[in-house]
Amino acid sequence: MSELAKNSKKNLNKSVQSEITTLLIVAVAFVIVEIFKSVGLINSHVQGMLVPLCYYSIVAVSLNLVVGILGDLSLGHAGFMCVGAYASSIFSVVTKDAIPSTWLRFTLAIILGGIFAAIFGFLIGIPVLRLSGDYLAIVTLAFGEIIKNILGSIYVGYDSNGIHMSFESTSSLNLEEDGKLLINGPLGISGTPKNATFEVGVVLLLITLVVVLNFINSRGGRAVMSVRDNRIAAESVGINVTKYKLIAFTLSAFFAGIAGVLYSHNIAVLAASSKNFGYNMSILFLVFVVLGGIGNIRGSVIAAVVLTLLPELLRSMNDYRMLIYSIVLILMMIFTSSPKMIEYREKHGLHRKVKAGNKKNNVPKDAGGEENV
Amino acid sequence: MKKSILRVLAVVLSVAMIVACFAACGGKGKEEASSEESSAAAGGAAVEPGDNTLNIGVIGPLTGDTAVYGKAVQYGAQLAVDEVNAAGGINGMKIAFKAEDDEGDPEKSVNAYNTLKDWGMDILVGTVTTNPCLAVADYTAQDNMFELTPSASAATVVEKGNNVFQVCFTDPNQGIASADYISDNKLATKVGVIYNSQDAYSSGIHDRFISEAKTKGLNIVSDEAFTTDNATDFSAQLNAAKSGGAELIFIPIYAKEATSILSQAKDLGITAKFFGCDGLDGILGIDGFDTSLAEGVMLLTPFSANATDDATVKFVKAYKAAGYDEANLNQFAADAYDAIYIIKAAAEKAVVKADMSVSDMGTALSKAMSEITVDGVTGTEMKWQATGEVNKTPKAIVIKNAEYIPMDLQESSTK
Repeated sequence: MSELAKNSKKNLNKSVQSEITTLLIVAVAFVIVEIFKSVGLINSHVQGMLVPLCYYSIVAVSLNLVVGILGDLSLGHAGFMCVGAYASSIFSVVTKDAIPSTWLRFTLAIILGGIFAAIFGFLIGIPVLRLSGDYLAIVTLAFGEIIKNILGSIYVGYDSNGIHMSFESTSSLNLEEDGKLLINGPLGISGTPKNATFEVGVVLLLITLVVVLNFINSRGGRAVMSVRDNRIAAESVGINVTKYKLIAFTLSAFFAGIAGVLYSHNIAVLAASSKNFGYNMSILFLVFVVLGGIGNIRGSVIAAVVLTLLPELLRSMNDYRMLIYSIVLILMMIFTSSPKMIEYREKHGLHRKVKAGNKKNNVPKDAGGEENV
Repeated sequence: MKKSILRVLAVVLSVAMIVACFAACGGKGKEEASSEESSAAAGGAAVEPGDNTLNIGVIGPLTGDTAVYGKAVQYGAQLAVDEVNAAGGINGMKIAFKAEDDEGDPEKSVNAYNTLKDWGMDILVGTVTTNPCLAVADYTAQDNMFELTPSASAATVVEKGNNVFQVCFTDPNQGIASADYISDNKLATKVGVIYNSQDAYSSGIHDRFISEAKTKGLNIVSDEAFTTDNATDFSAQLNAAKSGGAELIFIPIYAKEATSILSQAKDLGITAKFFGCDGLDGILGIDGFDTSLAEGVMLLTPFSANATDDATVKFVKAYKAAGYDEANLNQFAADAYDAIYIIKAAAEKAVVKADMSVSDMGTALSKAMSEITVDGVTGTEMKWQATGEVNKTPKAIVIKNAEYIPMDLQESSTK
């Protein structure tokens, strides 16, 4: 009995330690960037990349919750990001005059964007999570596309008579003189205030990390992982599989939505095109997760940062940059996933062994792109 | 379950990588060719930004789906820059020129803008496509950097700030011009419309065309939309136009979709004329398209490589002599070529100096824009309103024997 308690205490310490390390890495990176910024060592190119780094990290962490911890493959996260972006953008545009305080309005927008994405995640999760593996991937992909296509072709405006909606054109909305156009079909929403700053982004990333890491180490998180490892065994000990799957999926959608809020409040135009919210984007997020190490939250952040920065920093190489980018992808995959490499790293103490998914207590471990930085 | 996930992952990731590889390789091949060409064209050293240079940046999709437009703008602008430099530059300053890729994505476009700012950009020619332009215009408005877009045609682009100007017509203006042209030249009274409701360009033209057509007394007998994901079967839209007795079908869409419409219209036995806007430019160059189907199709575009006016002939000759890819010799290249000469005219008017700050230069150039008149390839006597919109006469083109023939030329030859 005492040994068991000791064990769990040791595990807890280990996970808390790991969590603190992850948060510290982000915090230290933030401080370094801030110092560089104040000294003027960062050019405007990299400065413009700081907020995108935050939201891609957030979405990578949120997707890792589904792929790594829940063990299901979602290809629809760009869709949830899109929902969060649209919901918060509409809110900010409408209340731009009503709520003069940027701080208050943006906080509300963040919460609203997250909640809307979570609602969609919940509703989509109910039918979708009955599936698994390939089927789940296909259906989430489809839902992501549906969200993108609907938001990309809808016209919404409001006037004294209320809200008008149409799928045809601005003129078919029949807005009054005083009417205001909210979503202009394929042109999307413009005029979202540019409230997203690097500081806000980092705070949101830290909050995401704290919530996700604590969720993983909570009772609920362990239940989710038990479902991943052996659904039948989990059911037999009385775990409500549907409930825990939905919790993880909804939580993941919530944070994807928050990433969307940052996206829409970073550049002032928001249009749901296949460039920004299409399935290619969802696959890119999956690449972050896989190359960072499935189930490895810290790795997701690092992979997201490296893979977002890389093509931009290689701009001077013109079109070769895409070639180099794909080579780096392949090398990273070999480094993180090849059995030979894992063996090699274990031998040389670069890696704390154990494949994700086979261990009962899945402590976030050092793997992935970390050494590549 | 675990195994199947890994399997899917493997497939998805390998597909993603193969796509990335191909995109990169394709882009690379073109880039190699073009860099050889452009160095041959420039006849030597490119100008690097220095103390007495005017630094002009271009942002556009140089890779990806819309690369044909971005490349055209890059070539057209480069050609004009080389000419201007060879002739002594602007106010004694040489032009340093750099193009950055945005893949047609707003987010990447902003990154490209920041990159060019670090490079020392004074003036932006771009961006090429509409949505990225809206994103970037927000930043140029903040920096008060002079921005002249060759081809981002949405009306909202110039609303972003007093520093943003267009070489091309705005979408609504194209709609108005089309309706005016159809009614003024009595091409038809019963008009059917087919447009892409998911596309900003197409729906932008459509909306104003409909309202202008009504005031001009044109009878809209059918008004049918399609979507980007649904652009293969047009029989419903065509039949609606046919049963309405349309004499002319207005198609403000891109060339690729128009090819399907034209071939299906032939199968349905529709004899109505087709009328489009500048998006139809390049329809004859589409692979596997039976050009006889396009016989008699009219389009409103500011540029035709076969036009016989001096400016066009000179531009086309210089473009071919410089050895740029002729697949990119379209309206976008012409717009970008004009853009550089417009900047030259404005900079000479405003007496811009290289040591001016970006913002001062922006203010001076923006003021000069409403005072200059430029004769270019895409229009004569181009003038600008202070809001940034261009005034020029649209040119109509008709397709005859698989060639783009300017409408006035064709009329005079038949007379």
